Amino acid sequence: MTRCSLDMLPVGEKGVICSIDNTRIKNRILDLGFTKNTEISTLRKSPAGDPTAYLVKGSVIALRCEDARSINVSINNGD
Amino acid sequence: MIDISLHKHSAKQEVNSDLSKSKYDFTFALAGNPNVGKSTLFNALTGMNQHTGNWAGKTVSLEYGSCKHKDNLIRLVDLPGSYSLQHDSPEEEVTDDFIKSNDYDCVILVVDATSLERNLMLAVQVLKQTQMAVLCLNLMDEAKKQGISIDTDELSLRLGIPVVETAANKNRGINELMDKALDVASGRAKTFAVKSICDIGNRKSDYESRAEEISDLCKKIYCNVVDGTGQRYSSFDRKLDNIFTSKITGIPIMLLVFALIFWLTAYGANYPGEWLSAGFAYIKEQLSALCGLINMNSKLESFLLDGIYTTVSWVVSVMLPPAIIFFPLFALLEDFGYLPRVAFNLDRFFKRAGANGKQALTMLMGFGCNACGVMGCRIINSPRERLIGILTNSFVPCNGRLPTLMAIVSIFFASSLTGFKKSLVTTGILLLMLILVVFLTLAVSLLLSKTILKGTSSSFILELPPYRKPRFIKVILLSLKEKVLYVLSRAVMVAVPAGAIIWLMTNITVSDKSILYYFTDILSPVGEAVGVDGVVLSAFLLGFPANEIVIPIILMSYMSGNVLTEYSSIYELGVLLQSNGWTIVTAICTAVLCLLHFPCSTTCFTIKKETKSNLWTLASIIIPLMSGLFICFVINLISSFITG
Ligand SMILES: Nc1nc2c(ncn2[C@@H]2O[C@H](COP(=O)(O)OP(=O)(O)O)[C@@H](O)[C@H]2O)c(=O)[nH]1
Repeated sequence: MTRCSLDMLPVGEKGVICSIDNTRIKNRILDLGFTKNTEISTLRKSPAGDPTAYLVKGSVIALRCEDARSINVSINNGD
Repeated sequence: MIDISLHKHSAKQEVNSDLSKSKYDFTFALAGNPNVGKSTLFNALTGMNQHTGNWAGKTVSLEYGSCKHKDNLIRLVDLPGSYSLQHDSPEEEVTDDFIKSNDYDCVILVVDATSLERNLMLAVQVLKQTQMAVLCLNLMDEAKKQGISIDTDELSLRLGIPVVETAANKNRGINELMDKALDVASGRAKTFAVKSICDIGNRKSDYESRAEEISDLCKKIYCNVVDGTGQRYSSFDRKLDNIFTSKITGIPIMLLVFALIFWLTAYGANYPGEWLSAGFAYIKEQLSALCGLINMNSKLESFLLDGIYTTVSWVVSVMLPPAIIFFPLFALLEDFGYLPRVAFNLDRFFKRAGANGKQALTMLMGFGCNACGVMGCRIINSPRERLIGILTNSFVPCNGRLPTLMAIVSIFFASSLTGFKKSLVTTGILLLMLILVVFLTLAVSLLLSKTILKGTSSSFILELPPYRKPRFIKVILLSLKEKVLYVLSRAVMVAVPAGAIIWLMTNITVSDKSILYYFTDILSPVGEAVGVDGVVLSAFLLGFPANEIVIPIILMSYMSGNVLTEYSSIYELGVLLQSNGWTIVTAICTAVLCLLHFPCSTTCFTIKKETKSNLWTLASIIIPLMSGLFICFVINLISSFITG
């Protein structure tokens, strides 16, 4: 079990959200389903490398790197 | 958060009166996340009976419509697509206020069956406020295809309201949905408050714990009613995104897609354009003959035919053909789900300019009409970035300017070519202009965010919906109908008075010179400094009410000196312009000015309404005007330097 911020979650990897820092966009991403214990995976980066698209609760949401940094995820290395 | 609808709202003006409530038996409101098929359902229910309105003075518009079901006249209110009722955006505030107002008899909660867990989050928030609701499980066809099965009875029990499966785009389940909604509204169906939903936020009420409670509750409901996880972000989406948003192909393909649209427009518009011109010319001959028969006063005949009729026929035959090709293609692209990808691909560049990738979407809306683009800037959440989007939107050539550009380009840059080659060259130059527009938008955005709108780019949160097979026929017909109506109504509303006024200006003379002559004479020095002449400048000035009439004004003023001849084809138009001293430089400068002058009156009015500031409205006029005049001045300087 390792922890990192969402922007460090490599493309194709899955993680579980463990906390969200208090930032401007916190409420908005909470509304989109970025809540504690939600599974999240990194889908792809845009052509210029930023923003990145994530899969959360069945929807694809694009976030910029700075915003993704405020989301902390844990990765289960076991499986 | 985003409801980008190029075809849905483009031709509509906001009307400030709602369909008054009194004459309806019931009011139903449609609520749901963006992209769940709410508009599709709304359109299926209302057919043509809809219009946009403002509710309680809020800036985000509600759409009203009406329909009849089982002899009940029902008023439908389409609430803006939103993710939550805990308002963080104007859409959510409007939706929340409306739900609290109790100004309805039933809420139809539209959810995407393929993404039920996320969609339920809004549903339970609404159900905490009211139980007068039904759940519409839309996109059931998709869900079934993905192997998702939903236990609707269990879901209904857990939410306390009826649940109906629908496929709005196939008109499936809609009757049953309305039956259930009527039952709820009239009290025939009992709904009940579910304890776990009512308890939301009772223990801790801060935003985060509330959101977590909602999320946990929805997860629980979801796990109990849904069988099969489906394949969100299917391999189909993945494959398409590998093409449309990959590092290597993403941007080239985007350019190619736009090039293809422009090319089809430039190539395809030729034929209907010629037919229309020929048709109008033929009718004019007949009308002229008729006037002769009834001995009409020759001045009056000239006023009616050369003034009004010619202007109208010009506007229609130049504007209509590109519009009926460009917009259906665009609507298809939108229906397919490509447009959010454009914002995704370009956000990085906008971010560097201190702006937001969603501005790419508002620019695309600007192709239809800048006023719509300006209004569309509501999808940009940061006020600073939204203002940047508003101020730069008129750089994008709208419906009334793109055909003018195409005409200028094909006359002066591709005149020696024909057919296929001509359309390729025209497309190439148009694409170059488009890239220029994007660069200029970025440059001005950067300048603004370094000066009067200081700040760094905030955040970009955008949902990328799944790709969907476009409904070719429906989308094409819908956008055709709307565009034809739009162009024709503009032609009548704008070209008729414009034709009359310009004819009077060219024909009323003061000491042997027409009024228009004096007008253009004053502007001549300025015009010459920026590579054009007084006529072109006056045309842009007089074209303030509507950009469509710029070319007709230029033509009429050039023709006023001569005996009026019929200029029916683009080729003859070229001859006329050249005989009035147009060179390549004049053409380039006119094209630049066409892209960069001031927004039309409707757009200015909309900017005023959106920014609530005279100063920003003024800025939105000055910024493009100064850029345009400056660029033309430089072009003219360089060219006179080269030619000596
Ligand atoms: N397969 C399928 N597609 C649908 C259904 N309802 C809507 N759509 C499509 O979903 C997309 C989004 O619909 P729209 O009405 O614009 O969503 P809105 O943002 O909620 O108004 C469009 O491409 C529709 O054609 C449905 O029941 N089944």
